[in-house]
Parts: sequence; structure tokens; C-alpha cells
Amino acid sequence: MSTLKSLAVVAALLFSLPVLAQTPRFGQPISPADIAPWNISIRPDGAGLPPGRGTATQGESVYAAKCQACHGEKGAGKPNDALVGGIGTLGPGKVPVRTVGSYWPYATTLFDYVRRAMPFQAPKSLTADEVYAVSAYILSLNDIIGPDDILDAQSLPKVRMPNRDGFIPFPRNPK
Amino acid sequence: MTRKQAGLRPVEPVAGNGILSRRLFLERALVAGTAVSMGTGIREASAEPLAVQPWMRTPGSGFAGYGQPSSFEGKVARFIPPSPNPATQGVGPARTPLHLLDGIITPSGLHFERSHSGIPDIDPDQHQLVIHGLVQRPLVFTVDALHRYPMESRIAFIECAGNSQALNAPKPLPLGMAAIHGLVSCAEWTGVRLSTLLDEAGVDRSARWVIAEGGDSASMSRSIPLAKALDDTLVCLYQNGERVRPSNGYPIRLLVPGYEGNLNVKWLRRLELTAAPAMSKDETSRYTILLNDEKAWQFVFPMEVKSLVTRPAPGLKLQGAGFYEISGLAWSGHGSIRKVEVSADGGKSWAPAVLQNPVLSKAPVRFRAPWQWDGGPAVLQSRATDDKGNVQPTRAAFAAERGLRGIFHYNAIASWGINENGEAANVYA
Repeated sequence: MSTLKSLAVVAALLFSLPVLAQTPRFGQPISPADIAPWNISIRPDGAGLPPGRGTATQGESVYAAKCQACHGEKGAGKPNDALVGGIGTLGPGKVPVRTVGSYWPYATTLFDYVRRAMPFQAPKSLTADEVYAVSAYILSLNDIIGPDDILDAQSLPKVRMPNRDGFIPFPRNPK
Repeated sequence: MTRKQAGLRPVEPVAGNGILSRRLFLERALVAGTAVSMGTGIREASAEPLAVQPWMRTPGSGFAGYGQPSSFEGKVARFIPPSPNPATQGVGPARTPLHLLDGIITPSGLHFERSHSGIPDIDPDQHQLVIHGLVQRPLVFTVDALHRYPMESRIAFIECAGNSQALNAPKPLPLGMAAIHGLVSCAEWTGVRLSTLLDEAGVDRSARWVIAEGGDSASMSRSIPLAKALDDTLVCLYQNGERVRPSNGYPIRLLVPGYEGNLNVKWLRRLELTAAPAMSKDETSRYTILLNDEKAWQFVFPMEVKSLVTRPAPGLKLQGAGFYEISGLAWSGHGSIRKVEVSADGGKSWAPAVLQNPVLSKAPVRFRAPWQWDGGPAVLQSRATDDKGNVQPTRAAFAAERGLRGIFHYNAIASWGINENGEAANVYA
């Protein structure tokens, strides 16, 4: 075998050797503690609920100060969504009135949404106690809990919403 | 002129009320044939002598760093319904004027938007995306880091689940194209496969869902099935070749091809892998479909097969009897469009339309059909069929399956009534 030929063989071998995979990896590791300020999802089982507590009686003043201008007196709505009423309007032939009381399947969703998105002009500004209290007020207006029932991380997931069993899967989702 | 003139031949309608064969387009025999057969559509009188206009005598303006549409196109704008509350600006939609556009791509400044707490002004150097939950390595990405990954582009529609909801009303409302149907748009989206980022984080075997959350003040969030996130979902940085517009999620948004618009989370900041859905406000109190009985469909993902006649349409008055092109858009979240048919007699008879290339999965296709309007009342409809065999339902069939209380995912056949004056209006047929 000529030198030239063996050089060519060596070169071919070199170029055919696998390069160590340079998979792009540009994410930076981050600890759960450092994610915590953004980790705001509350699950139906109560996972994610913060310490704190409140009652409807305490929530009434929070509601009057922070919510009533958009959602009306006692959650009646106008100019924005009604939060109260409509229970029993989902049945056949009726005009459905979809509110927290009549339609929402989980009380945890109420806490989650108020904490992340309300009040509209200053979301994430309420304390955990205020969110528990104003959630209790809205649930109480819907006669789902009593005015002095205490909402906290243990009791909120146990609240049974009237439309808890109202949802079924869509039959044509892709498999 | 007579029918015996060279190159001209009679063309008979292939469906009621003057729908002509799409082969007219394919054979390029259009104007001559229809003009002779139906006797109208060509002006017999000579035109005026040509004028030399001022812009032919004076040099034009200089260049602009970022070009704008012609000053004569100011009416081509999104329709923004008034907010029910002046204190909550930026809640609600801006709707695409589909009747003033053609082709399939929506210009970025006219792409519909639906926002829940206004449009945030995000500094891309301060924006981050975190992936955590049921993963081996929680990770955070800067926007610059995302730019270093391999990217891909796809043309895709996004349709708000609430599009066309006005057609749930018991009587037809006197609304136009954008007000009824303007919550669907299409862009070429470019970004990083979400699966690439999830692989880097290492998805735990117990994960089934991805909770996607925006960086807007409402922190809008939705749960997406992990299988879809690993399939064709993109973390988009570009829209029609330029960076995603603020109203569409700058600096990064999700594209979840074919799925309801609300899942295509804008201003994406957080992805949490979980075993169960979050049951967020927008997947319980909204974007669920209340049926005829007391139950509601939840997690209704694909926007189902649908089409719209975008021209003629309300606001585009027909100028006398004669030839018109019926043109529109068809799409399906289940796949690609196989067939579109059009009718001018309210669905009594149908003829196939031409599907203009490209015909892409989970993207709108532009369809066209020749029509000879006789000047009398007509009802224009279109009916799409996708490659999975799904056929766009009539309004009656749609209502029979689910009722008309569900608000969302309205995809039944829509109708434009044309009166003797050539004006189009929303009608039920």
C-alpha cells in the first residue's frame, strides 16, 4: 500500500469518526426556592395554597374596597362579570347564567385566579389572608359556605362547588 | 358580440343561482366564456382617454426604516368592540378584517388578538422562561439563549375559541365579517420545538400535562396535554419573519398548532409539568362548552373543520349583476383541507371550489369559485371537508349535537344573504 493510499484511508477513518454530540443545552439550572416567586398555580387538591386564613365577614371590606367597582354590589356584576347567582340555570331549555357559584367546578380556581389576576389594576397585590377572605365572601354570597366559615389551605380544597360534576370530556380530541 | 365569435363559448352554471365550474379558472377561459353565456360583466362603452397623474410628474418620497401600508388603505384596520368598562382597557379582542384581505397570511399588524389584561411592554433582556415541576432539571432560559437553538417555521392558523360566537344567537345579528368571524388569523411562525427544551429539562415519567403561563399581569394560564407539547408545539420568536408583535406575545409565545387560540399562550414565562391539569379559570369557567343537558365539554382542543366566504361580504357592495369571484378561507385543527364546496342558493346545491396552493396541515387554505350573479337574491355559503373526513356541519346539525348555549368552537356553515342592491348581510339559511 502506498503512503498516499494509507494517508487517504487514515483521513477517511478520521472524518467518519462520530463527533461528540453537541446537543444545544442553553438552559440554566434553577432551584425550586428561586422559582417560588413565579410558582403560583393552585391545584384542585390544594397543592400550592399558601399559609393564611380568612372568613366572608372579613372579606366583605376587601371586596368593597377592591372588587365592587367592577363586579357590582354583592357580586351582582356590571360593568364586569357577575360572581353570584345562576345556580340551577344550567339545565335544558334555560338561559344559563354562568358565575363562580353556578358554574365553576373548583373553589381552588377562585383563589388561584384572584391571587394571580385581581384586582385588575393591581394584580398580586392582595395578601394571602385577603385572598382567602375575599374568596370566602364570594362563596358565602353564593350560599356555598357560611359567613364565619374559615377558609385556609386545609378547608378551601374541601369546599364542594355546586357544578363540581358538570364537566365531561370532548369526544373528538386527537388521540 | 355573438356566441359564435372566436374563443368564446357558453358556460352553464354547475350549481344553483349562478355558481360556475371551477374549471373556468383551471382552463383560463373565464371572462370570455362567462360574458357570452350570461350576457353581462363586460362594459361595452369605450373608456375615457388616459390621464397623466401628478405622481407621474413629481418624484416620490424617500425611504422609511419600517414601511407602512399606503395612505389610501387606512380603512383596513382591526375591529375593536368597545370595552364594557373603560377601567379595564385591553380586555377583549381586536378582530381581523378578513373581507379586506386576500391570500392566507394575515399581516402581523392585523392578526387578531385576544387579551385578558392588556398588552405588556416586555423588555426581552429581562424576560425569562422557566421549566419546572415534574422534570429532572428545572431550567430557566433567557430570550438570547432561546435564539441559539435550532428553529423551524410553519404556517399556521390561530383561531380564538370564541370566534363566530355571534351565530349562536337565535336570530341573525346585523354584524359584519370582522365582528362575527374576525378571531382567526394566520402567520408564518418560527421558533424552537418545545420538545427540545423539555428534553433538556428531562421530563419525569409521571408527567402528563404542561401548565403554560403568560407574563402578562393576569398571568393567563392553561394546561396542555404533554403529548401535544412533545409533538408539534413551538416556542415562537418570529411572526411573518419579524419578531413576534407585542399584541401576539413578544418576546415569546406558544404555537399549539390546530388547538384553540387560548392555549397558544402569549408572553410565555413559565411551563410547569404536572400529573393533572391546573383547572385554571380559563379551562373551567371559560372555554368549556355547555351542552343541551346540564353537562359541559371540558378541554375541547382542536378547532374543527370550518370555512368562511370572505368575499362577497357585508360592506363590499356588489356593483351590478355579472361575474364575481367567491373567495374565502377554510381550515381544520384536525389536519389539512381536502375539499371546499360553495353554494349560492343557501345550500340547496353545491359546486366544488378551487383550492389554491399551498394546502397545509393546520393552516388556512384560500378557496375560489366563479359566480355569475343574476342580480336577484342569493345566499352564499361554503362547506369544508378535511383530510380526516370531517365535514363542516350545517347550523341545524351543529345545534342538534350541542345546542347553542356553548358559546365556543362555533364551526357551522355561515351564510351571507345578498339582496337586489348587491348588499351582503348575516343570515341563517
